[in-house]
Amino acid sequence: MKLIFERSMPGRGTAYVPDLDVPEAAPDFAQRERKLRLPELPEVQVDRHYTELAKETRGVNGGFYPLGSCTMKYNPAAAEAVAALPGFTEVHPLQEDATVQGCLEVMQLAEKYLAEITGMDAITLQPAAGAHGEFTGLLLIKAWHRSRGDTARTKILVPDSAHGTNPASAAMAGFEVVNIPSDPNGYVDLKELSQRVGPDTAGLMLTNPNTVGLFDPNISEITRIVHEAGGLNYYDGANLNAIMGIVRPGDMGFDVVHLNLHKTFATPHGGGGPGSGPVGCKAFLSGFLPGIRVEEKDGKRCRSEAEARVGDVRSFGGNFNVVVKALTYILSIGREGVPATAANAVLNANYLMHRLKDIYPMAFDTTCMHEFVITLEHFKEETGVSALDIAKGLIDYGMHPPTMYFPLIVHEALMVEPTETETKETLDEAAEGFLAVLQEAREHPEEAHLRPLTTRIRRPDEVKAARKPVIRYDFGD
Amino acid sequence: MGTYVPNTEKEQQEMLKACGYQDFDDLYGGIPAELKRKEPLAIPAGKTEMEVRQAMERMARKNHVYSSVFRGAGAYHHYIPAIVGEVTGKEEFRTAYTPYQAEISQGLLQSIFEYQTDICELTGMAASNAGVYDGATAAAEACEMVRERKRRKVLVSGTVDPKTVSVVKTYAFGRDAEIVLVPEKDGVTDLEALQAMLDAETAGLLIQQPNFYGCEEDAVHAAELAHAAGAKLIMSCNPIALAVMKTPGECGADIAVGEGQPLGLPLSFGGPYLGFMAAEEKMVRKLPGRIVGETTDINGERCYVLTMQAREQHIRREKAGSNICSNEALCALTAAVYLAAMGPEGLRKTALSCHAKTAYLRGALAEAGLKPVHDRPFFHEFVTQARDEAQAEEVLKALEKADILGGLPLGGGRILWCATEMNSRESMDLAAQTVKEVLKQ
Repeated sequence: MKLIFERSMPGRGTAYVPDLDVPEAAPDFAQRERKLRLPELPEVQVDRHYTELAKETRGVNGGFYPLGSCTMKYNPAAAEAVAALPGFTEVHPLQEDATVQGCLEVMQLAEKYLAEITGMDAITLQPAAGAHGEFTGLLLIKAWHRSRGDTARTKILVPDSAHGTNPASAAMAGFEVVNIPSDPNGYVDLKELSQRVGPDTAGLMLTNPNTVGLFDPNISEITRIVHEAGGLNYYDGANLNAIMGIVRPGDMGFDVVHLNLHKTFATPHGGGGPGSGPVGCKAFLSGFLPGIRVEEKDGKRCRSEAEARVGDVRSFGGNFNVVVKALTYILSIGREGVPATAANAVLNANYLMHRLKDIYPMAFDTTCMHEFVITLEHFKEETGVSALDIAKGLIDYGMHPPTMYFPLIVHEALMVEPTETETKETLDEAAEGFLAVLQEAREHPEEAHLRPLTTRIRRPDEVKAARKPVIRYDFGD
Repeated sequence: MGTYVPNTEKEQQEMLKACGYQDFDDLYGGIPAELKRKEPLAIPAGKTEMEVRQAMERMARKNHVYSSVFRGAGAYHHYIPAIVGEVTGKEEFRTAYTPYQAEISQGLLQSIFEYQTDICELTGMAASNAGVYDGATAAAEACEMVRERKRRKVLVSGTVDPKTVSVVKTYAFGRDAEIVLVPEKDGVTDLEALQAMLDAETAGLLIQQPNFYGCEEDAVHAAELAHAAGAKLIMSCNPIALAVMKTPGECGADIAVGEGQPLGLPLSFGGPYLGFMAAEEKMVRKLPGRIVGETTDINGERCYVLTMQAREQHIRREKAGSNICSNEALCALTAAVYLAAMGPEGLRKTALSCHAKTAYLRGALAEAGLKPVHDRPFFHEFVTQARDEAQAEEVLKALEKADILGGLPLGGGRILWCATEMNSRESMDLAAQTVKEVLKQ
């Protein structure tokens, strides 16, 4: 495929900016010296270029997308239509309150419903993504301990099954990370936890259901142990889709949560953003929340700031237009749709696991939540075929591969999350595909290493890319 | 109502039975009963798409969309060619995940590679990442990039957008690192004061070009001072201005960052936006977030992958330089499509149009009685001084009545104005006339 710069011809282009209706003004600032080399293409060429790129990009509508931990559900069309309304897109973030009553209403409703779903008392919509929410939530914990003069609490406990963002966020918030091992069932090892909490514990970060797709039944005990040691409990909302409306983080003993609106609340992932990572907290932490607080005075909504706020984590109020989409989704599915969504996500995952488990070894052979983890450790020992090979093979069966090599505690892991928006037939077809790939790999292991066979590009050399990085087009001068 | 669950109740029952469960309660049997919610959630019942759209449209109508906008201050009103939305609306780009699976993500990966090239061209830097959340977080991430074990302090010019300063400070609170503000003098960074503040613990200096007041900073001099003290220079730039202004690369900056919103992203009440980040060659492995690199596949075919992932959180965990995963890919794509549509001439014309219109507005307001505060080279923003705060308020109220969003009040009777290619001479004359009438009273 040609790069857009390789399609460029000097002098080509479409005029979008009208000629001046005011006198020309000669710039008196220092001018750029180097020629600006942007693509020069007529609009038709621009359009065709990106159509070609789109053909080599896999969206959710392109087929089954069981990417574990990412919740690749269908993104409803209505949300896109609503988010495109000029009343939302053409509004300047620094307009006066009286002229943005609708935006403030969107934020207020989203905050209210998200607080209810998580069992929290207050929400900030400012964080732009899940990891950004983690960082924000940890800053709340830091600010709270500091406000009480407790500067000894420098450590954050993180299970060894956690997403990589958890320890990275803890480090960004200035904490030292203490790993908590999982027990053989995939749950937090209570004995280890009890031994590692203490006067230096700032808090615990936990995903529940955890990253192996299991709901930790000891959750109340876990959060109690941390609270008794003087720490706070942080809920990573990455896996909320499994339990929303069924059980709430706030009722499990969590003090702070973040949500991924681009997972649980059906806003599109955009190929890597924009997402939105609202943070919720219990009332005693709400004074530290960053971002816009919406208050109502005499029937008018106005913006304010929390008095002890940790400081902004982003400009303005966050990825507002993503929040518009999430609110549209929440209003559509409503109070009965929230738990129904979770229940079908769990059902779809268990159904697919049930279809696969006689052939594919499961890391934990028990009822899963919204996702399950396959381990191909023994299969690799027997055949030499890895989880990566199987994942690549699934591409030939029209699927987006599951998440590979995560969580780190499971070897040769494939993490499968079908989501609630898939039909039974899709799951049945997917199961057939999964089984065929494994069968073929057993019979022809050497071919498995070469998969996928059906794509234009196969097995890029990642080592070469990283060793001598080429990260921009070479104009040849 | 509109749950997007496709399976019928009957199918669900069959599936439950197939897996050996009686019902959903049985499926959720692993969750302790005392934790399960007994009451339904206190949110409204589900509604049809028609009802929801009507409700959301009602909210959208409660916002006012102005005929003319003269307010910038970090969010800018520019023309967005229709082709931009046409491309970014494609389902493949809109709904894809991060391109971990290169074989089925070449389109997305290539678009990011092209975006990185665009950013290198705009900034004059050697290496760009795939984008971050917004301009303010880009600046905050850049501050972490320059910190070393013995150099932890970052100086931030007092002429940097206060929102950026706030975010930089928040990130520094996380890292327990120091941020010190360099005073402003006559609308720009006080370079004399800066020189005295640079010391052996200073990791870097952050300036903004043009600065928050629209004034041009002497970036070349700032770079010299920073480098002489062993510190790095981070420049936060307006991307439209970069079509005509001396680039960070030409000024000697080590890192260039900025808010990418002007490149085809609507105002959208503050987001989603895009932070761009580029650095000189030797800092490439310190860049946070995603980076796409070129390579070849098993058949020798040119292709693209996410690269240098050893920098990132999913490999390095707590030792990563940042926790960031999202690169605001769809916003980066938006910027790339915008730049491809505009081309070098279109972008230059836009920048010069912004400049000419701003010069016109500045002159017209001065004639009406609102004098500019700074007598310096500017780009597309400037500050005026009214008699007092009350008069500034009156001015903005009068403009509001004429369906014009005036500049941003900065306190003390000062107003920060912005003009872009979107503002017609007619609208600027009307604004000036309205101001004149207020000042006459």
